[in-house]
Amino acid sequence: MKVQINSERCQGHGRCYDLAPSLFGDDDEGYGQVLGDGVVPPGQEREARLAAANCPEHAIDVLEEA
Amino acid sequence: MPADDRFSPDFREPRDGPPGLRSEIVTGPVADWATDFSHLEPEWSADPYPIQDDLRQRCPIAHTERFGGAWLPTRYDDVAAIAYDTERFSSRAIILSNLRPPRELAPVGGSPPISSDPPFHHDARKLLLPAFTKTAVTRQEPATRAFCHSLIDEFGGQDVVDAASEYAQHIPVRVIADMLGFPPQDGPQFRGFVEDLLEGINRPPDERIERVGRLFDYLGAQVSDHLEHPREDLTSYLLDAELYGHRLDPSHVVGTMALLLIAGIDTTWSAIGASLWHLAKTPGDRARLVATPGLLPTAMEEFLRAYAPVTMARLVKDDMRWHGADMKADDWILLSFPAANRDPAQFDRADEVIIDREANRHAAFGLGIHRCVGSHLARMELRVALETWLDRIPDFSLADPGAVTWAAGQIRGPRTLPLRISG
Repeated sequence: MKVQINSERCQGHGRCYDLAPSLFGDDDEGYGQVLGDGVVPPGQEREARLAAANCPEHAIDVLEEA
Repeated sequence: MPADDRFSPDFREPRDGPPGLRSEIVTGPVADWATDFSHLEPEWSADPYPIQDDLRQRCPIAHTERFGGAWLPTRYDDVAAIAYDTERFSSRAIILSNLRPPRELAPVGGSPPISSDPPFHHDARKLLLPAFTKTAVTRQEPATRAFCHSLIDEFGGQDVVDAASEYAQHIPVRVIADMLGFPPQDGPQFRGFVEDLLEGINRPPDERIERVGRLFDYLGAQVSDHLEHPREDLTSYLLDAELYGHRLDPSHVVGTMALLLIAGIDTTWSAIGASLWHLAKTPGDRARLVATPGLLPTAMEEFLRAYAPVTMARLVKDDMRWHGADMKADDWILLSFPAANRDPAQFDRADEVIIDREANRHAAFGLGIHRCVGSHLARMELRVALETWLDRIPDFSLADPGAVTWAAGQIRGPRTLPLRISG
């Protein structure tokens, strides 16, 4: 599984780095960033889906097959 | 330091320009919410949700001739579409009133960046973002927590306290005064500024202008003090900030100071109060949060969804037919994030408060480029205020449900909230 942030859509609500801090961080202006290469380590799939399901801007993609 | 000639004594004198557009003040009971709505009437402030639910089913975009013409979308999809459409909807006024500022005020508006349209908006907002990241606001957390404790200490042995006026109100006032570098003892004045700007909408425009002038007199005095004694706070930061190679226009500096002062107070006060109101009348949820403090961040998002305090406004740029509504240039849009947050097409069991709701894509802090710049600060204050309250006062209830009062206007939350805290 892999996560991506669409930076065109992200407005810095920060729900992703609140809910899945091991997968997402923030930049100097509060916009979300994927940590590392975005590959979700085994066991963190739930956090990845939770972050996507709570993004008000629909800016997070979870690629199940990656 | 050299004198700052931007702030000569007459920097606030009105500049030549077209006056705004005034409309007739219409008050009194609403005949039909679909064609005559008013968010300033007592029925709305007491309980707007049944009205919104009804409109969502039968309109879904309500209209009123009041305020010179305004529209109220109630479906999530319509609210989102308007929030994203900065081409057809302007933010040059975001508080609906009987005075529309002149079109020439765009794209800056009176209180950038909330009042700004693209492309200026992006640059004005960028100046503020670093000060309001989650990391930056974490620095305010210890002082906020200590302040919450001190407020509860002052309850003494009272059986009943007003959680709105003795607790919730003071927390955002103190935090934003610290961040702007204003004297903490000035807090009580800010309440008056908030009332003048956000609640006295149907007062005569000239009276409103005079009242708002008091806020700007106060901010002018703070500017002078900071020019003489620069320090590490947001006011000094704005005075030094540059845009396009120049320091900011004085009206930009003071307009942004006004925004930061006003926008953070009523809103967070309302969120804290509404959350405590819910917990006071819902013993099961209260007991569950006391037993499981780790659930609070999830529960908090549900309180923000179900009792979203903030409704914004927009102005229609040009005549157009939009989603079935014949909108005219300069019609108001009442952009109800609270109504969007209770749309059953977007949320399961939208009318229920489910404190462990996991997927909660609510719009309490807005959507699109105007996402509340203080959302991380507001969430910190709300979490710390509720954690501290639940830790110190785990057992509480409504002392008199009929005595609870709610603010009228675009920011909704309890203004009187008597809670029995003696167990």
